[in-house]
Amino acid sequence: MGYDAKLRVWRGDDEGGELKDFTVEVNEGEVVLDVIHRLQATQAPDLAVRWNCKAGKCGSCSAEVNGRPRLMCMTRMNTFTEQETVTVTPLRTFPVVRDLVTDVSFNYEKALEMPAFQPPAELKPGEYRMAQVDVERSQEFRKCIECFLCQNTCHVVRDHDENKPAFSGPRMFIRAAELDMHPLDAAENRKEFAQESQGLGMCNITKCCTEVCPEGIHITDNAIIPMKERVVDRKYDPLVWLGSKIFKRAGA
Amino acid sequence: MSAPAAVRDIARRRATIAGRTLRTDRWWLQPLITVVGLVAWVLYAVIRTATQKYYWVPQYHYLTPFASPCISASCIPEASHLGQWLPAFPPLVPFAIITLPFLLGFRLTCYYYRKAYYRSFWLSPPACAVSEPHKKYSGETRFPLIFQNVHRYFFYAAGIIALLNTYDSIVAFHGKTGGFGFGLGNVILLANVVLLWAYTASCHSCRSLVGGRLKHFSKHPVRYWMWRQVSKLNEKHIWHWRGRRWARSR
Amino acid sequence: MARAINSEIKAGRGSPHGGIFLDIASRRTPEYIRKRLPSMYHQFKELADVDITAEPMEIGPTCHYVMGGVEVDPDSAAARGSIEGLFAAGEVSGGMHGSNRLGGNSLSDLLVFGRRRAGVGAAEYATKIGERPKVAQSDVDEAVTEALAPFTRDSGENPFALQAELQQNMNDLVGLIRTADELEQAIKRLQELAARVHNAAATGGRAYNPSWHLALDLRNMLLVSECAAKAALMRQESRGGHTRDDFPKMDPVWRKVNLICKLDESGVQVVKQDIPEIPTRLLDLFEIDELHKYMTDEELTRHRDGGSLSDTTAASEGGAVNGVRRETARLARRRRGW
Repeated sequence: MGYDAKLRVWRGDDEGGELKDFTVEVNEGEVVLDVIHRLQATQAPDLAVRWNCKAGKCGSCSAEVNGRPRLMCMTRMNTFTEQETVTVTPLRTFPVVRDLVTDVSFNYEKALEMPAFQPPAELKPGEYRMAQVDVERSQEFRKCIECFLCQNTCHVVRDHDENKPAFSGPRMFIRAAELDMHPLDAAENRKEFAQESQGLGMCNITKCCTEVCPEGIHITDNAIIPMKERVVDRKYDPLVWLGSKIFKRAGA
Repeated sequence: MSAPAAVRDIARRRATIAGRTLRTDRWWLQPLITVVGLVAWVLYAVIRTATQKYYWVPQYHYLTPFASPCISASCIPEASHLGQWLPAFPPLVPFAIITLPFLLGFRLTCYYYRKAYYRSFWLSPPACAVSEPHKKYSGETRFPLIFQNVHRYFFYAAGIIALLNTYDSIVAFHGKTGGFGFGLGNVILLANVVLLWAYTASCHSCRSLVGGRLKHFSKHPVRYWMWRQVSKLNEKHIWHWRGRRWARSR
Repeated sequence: MARAINSEIKAGRGSPHGGIFLDIASRRTPEYIRKRLPSMYHQFKELADVDITAEPMEIGPTCHYVMGGVEVDPDSAAARGSIEGLFAAGEVSGGMHGSNRLGGNSLSDLLVFGRRRAGVGAAEYATKIGERPKVAQSDVDEAVTEALAPFTRDSGENPFALQAELQQNMNDLVGLIRTADELEQAIKRLQELAARVHNAAATGGRAYNPSWHLALDLRNMLLVSECAAKAALMRQESRGGHTRDDFPKMDPVWRKVNLICKLDESGVQVVKQDIPEIPTRLLDLFEIDELHKYMTDEELTRHRDGGSLSDTTAASEGGAVNGVRRETARLARRRRGW
């Protein structure tokens, strides 16, 4: 049942590194992470790899398998032929720590910048009530496991490190959408924040974030585009703009 | 505290991986298909509209959507259902000059088209995890791309045009000798109208306007219902325009 | 349930991969399954090509939670013992779930005790002590030498191989169904492993080096394993996740004690420690008939229907329970040979 797979793994650190070839045994039903673990246990004990749950729920083992951003634990070896060389590399968009481990602090700092849920002033904890249809809408975004594959694949930062200060990325856009669609969130300026501070306008909706999402969240259709439309409501609606100009004049 | 990671990252090293991608599949195929398909359709559309010919079938009252509304003095009078308000068009000017800019604008700013041409023509990015060739990138934050935000106004215009096309398709139920007639042309015109409505109604702007912009679905049951219907259509948005392209080009 | 699964497999009625079949497809509609069990649906589909809305899934019992852990003060979550300033909450602390954790309780444990006990407790402690404790340089030097030792062992063993051996030993001998013979055998093997674990070697550099981390962690894994095995041997009854084939019944007398592990020069010592009495106000929440199974007749005299009421002191609930829980777990076919 088992066979010897050809594996090519990037090894190195921020000083440099290269793809190294290995031959590793593969058994029925195994995923890339199993094979990486076997490689670690038998040939490369110091191979750095981040992982936890092995079940696609913790979002730790993000890497690129044959150039595609994937969770290693959810990438089955039988999706490759036995002759195929399987190349495993760290996420490209973030600074490398060692081997397959990258420093994803960027994402945590962007999360910190995001204004938190703002409870309505008139309600005390325990008095919040939401209808199921409204809960379901944001539930989709709560499925996010923070694997940061979307952040990694987004060309806005993947191909342009210089955009990082101005761009929060798809993971933060679904957070923005979740809060802006939240019936009990009292924050007024989420649309402006998305456009001005998160860099929503930099997204050109090429949908790679949605393509790589292991949780199948419709990031582009259900979060980014609705947020763009909400920004239009606020910022690019000429009627609203005209109205505000006229009334400001009149009021001044 | 040290500089934020976003700033710090710029100076820090990524893994040294050569090549713009390590993808082993045919990632270039999809953008290539899009380029070939779109170019072919645009060429066809330009030739068809610029010739000012074969847009009206008098026996059956078929008017190609490419020439509707036909309101210039160069139109065949029977094709001008809405009268002829404009002087004769010089050659090469499409009869649908009134509507075409809106229809093209609607498509040009459509979220799906944007994805298609940003990927295929601008290569930004050509495919997921394949690096783009551009040195700088500012997305849709500046002129001219900031104008993508006007999609919803083209949507309003497209709604009006869809009404016109609907009218044309009804007029086309005209027999050779008057009265009621039905032929292949009707099927195509009808299919066109149905698909045009489907494409218009399934648009992301429409989805937002009917209900997506609400915070409380529960307080607006009718708009929530409409939003769900549009959402279902929206998932198939791309198929409507592909299908329509097919119907239009008959 | 884990015991029932085990006996079915032993009787030769197991599935092809040595588990059993669990079928929800015949009991619930596909919509219900997809809505209520989205993760399970997703995992079986992605990893095993099994559509649980249409076909049964193959499962088996496995260890997935450790019920024992650091003994903490129930009110402050401060660790009991000699280490001051150590606070624990969640799976690492013991006693929260008794002998069997119910599904979902782990999360509520973290949310409640993570903040209210360990978080707030640690914050109060830190404010109170005022001055930061100083670490003696000699202790630091010693710790550094010890930590770096795996790099100096040229002929040391591969830590990954040792870990696999340790896991196999615990799975085979301190697993779902336990007997005195096997537990004794396990303890003996653990003692043999100890020498080898202390000779585990690491290769490579110090940055993010899993073999080094494992070489260091193995020492603790070994201690926890020894703890679990010794406590399981001492507890001559079956309760919750702990099943002794040679003592299949639950014994109310054993409910009254916790087993506490301590480490001294001669290794892991297990001692019995009395559990504080349940306050009568809590005891009285139950009907006396419900309690006969769990409590001794003597204890039940304190119940409102238990005859003479004795004086009670309001004691705090809690304490630590040792014993590793083995039970049914969500297990996709692909996971390790099932």
